[in-house]
Amino acid sequence: MERILFGDNQFFAVNHISDEKSRAQSIKFREDAAIIKTLDDARSLGINTFMCTTHERIGNICDVIRSQPEKYKDFKIFPCMPYAHKYANAVTELGIAGTLKQYVPGNFFGSMFKGGMAYLSKDYLSIMELLVDSEMKMFKGISTPVVFLQNVITDLFLGLRAYEVLAAFQHYVKKKYDAEAGFITMNMPKLLDALEGEGIKNPIICSSINKVGFRMSGGKEIYEETLRTRQVRAIAMQVLGGGAIAPKEAIEYVCGLPNIESILFGASSKANIQNTVENIHLFDSKK
Amino acid sequence: MLKVAIIGAGKMGISHLSILGAHPDVDVVGVCDTSKMVNDFLSRYGKFNCFTDYKKMMSETKPDAVVVAVPTKFHYSMIKDLLLSKVHIFAEKPFCLTSAQGEELVKLAKQQGIVNQIGYHNKFIGTFSEVKRLVNSGVLGKIYHFVAESYGPVVIRAKQDTWRSDPSEGGGCLMDYASHVIDLVNDILAPVASAKSSLLKKIYSTNVEDAVYSTLELENKLTGLLSVNWSDETHRKMTTSITIVGTNGKIESDANELKVYLKENPPEGYTKGWTVKYITDLTEEVDFYLRGEEYSAQLDYFVKAAMGKVPNTINTFESAWKTDRAIEMIKTSAI
Repeated sequence: MERILFGDNQFFAVNHISDEKSRAQSIKFREDAAIIKTLDDARSLGINTFMCTTHERIGNICDVIRSQPEKYKDFKIFPCMPYAHKYANAVTELGIAGTLKQYVPGNFFGSMFKGGMAYLSKDYLSIMELLVDSEMKMFKGISTPVVFLQNVITDLFLGLRAYEVLAAFQHYVKKKYDAEAGFITMNMPKLLDALEGEGIKNPIICSSINKVGFRMSGGKEIYEETLRTRQVRAIAMQVLGGGAIAPKEAIEYVCGLPNIESILFGASSKANIQNTVENIHLFDSKK
Repeated sequence: MLKVAIIGAGKMGISHLSILGAHPDVDVVGVCDTSKMVNDFLSRYGKFNCFTDYKKMMSETKPDAVVVAVPTKFHYSMIKDLLLSKVHIFAEKPFCLTSAQGEELVKLAKQQGIVNQIGYHNKFIGTFSEVKRLVNSGVLGKIYHFVAESYGPVVIRAKQDTWRSDPSEGGGCLMDYASHVIDLVNDILAPVASAKSSLLKKIYSTNVEDAVYSTLELENKLTGLLSVNWSDETHRKMTTSITIVGTNGKIESDANELKVYLKENPPEGYTKGWTVKYITDLTEEVDFYLRGEEYSAQLDYFVKAAMGKVPNTINTFESAWKTDRAIEMIKTSAI
């Protein structure tokens, strides 16, 4: 993985501290061309990996990338699935079984789950595999060396102790897409325990890591301890603590931690991207 | 360890189950749901003891506390039954379909002396707690107006009916959605005493309202406006906000950002003119995060209350009953 990964929150009006800012972003990026321009800005500053959710608009971005193979030949996407709001709204409306019926492709439910039958483990894992395939469709022909599970799903399974499903995700993306699995979480130390328990060594885990301890469940200290003493390929996100930390100070903290393989951040303007990239290079060079 | 059972493993129930499953002081002794697929999944992967009949679950697992996350129309009979077996109860919002049902349960809960809580999670959001603190401190001078708002993209096209589109089952924007911000007004300012000229508008739904607009008067005589629309796709997700105006300034707050304008005498941490604070400054970290600190915090509070470590004062049945009552007033005043 490259040292710097470019995120997509700004493109989809995800702002953790201000609805006003998120409105401004949704206006700025209402055209796909504005997203492409920002990605090109990031590439011009040396960032060649775009880590993005499987939002339907990403499909359009993928079309652009596929249509210019020469220009985007070194460009990689790390898909993060699923785009949770799509399913969350459906669960509210249709319930859990109804949502699966709607989104699992093909006639899977019609043929297998007719009244009263017992469900087998392979059935659940087949559902997971079909959902992964449907989310991966839009990336066909694009390099996707790491495929992530979004935090709301990772952490849901973590709390439900369905660790086997997390492991099955890892095996499936390796087998089908020759990709590494990554896990986004708000509970990094606990997730690492669970994955190691399933025999997964040195997993890729993306989690909030920042100087103020924002969204570092259980406290900053246990995260720092985990990074210091255990085997994990860590990606730091929300390094600005939702905007609570001055950029330079924020990057200095994260670059000073051991074992952070990559830093994920998003920004709307070229100046802000440049500023963050320069700060990362500056503090990396001091190590 | 607190022995907890969960009734209903739908969207909220499964989220509660995950949070409780990760809670160090909780032993989830049983899960009850009507879906075979969900039960099979939970017993196979989570090793949970699953049931389809909650009475059977209660008698076999003997929990200390129960989480009720079933459609609202089942709340009254189920909670009443659970109260008689003297378990602590956390139930999803809204409380009951009528205020008469709620009143009966409030009395019964007091008699039985159990811990009781309803899932109005906004009370556990740092910005809103700070609004309440500021209001109580009197910094706004004489408060003369409020606007309580909530918008989001729940029903954005005509679609098939579920219990959420049936008014007799607790469906509709007023009970299901507006209840959150009404509950917040009740808590921060004062309980709603009357509603006037309410507008319940159908936008995409045929049986229930998709938007609610109303003029509210509170028990302390303060008046203000309610504006809620769950068919508003200009918001990515539910956005709840409250604006409070007084002779010495104004507060505008949502779940992320708190903006305070004060003419004079700012308290510590605030300045004359505008002060902006973010949720990141006002939120305590939780031990396990699933979908917002407030969801973990409310269950942690319930667990602590059931174990006698904190008083049972936030989101009691009684406070949720007052919200049910306000919902009724809005319904009756609809023009």
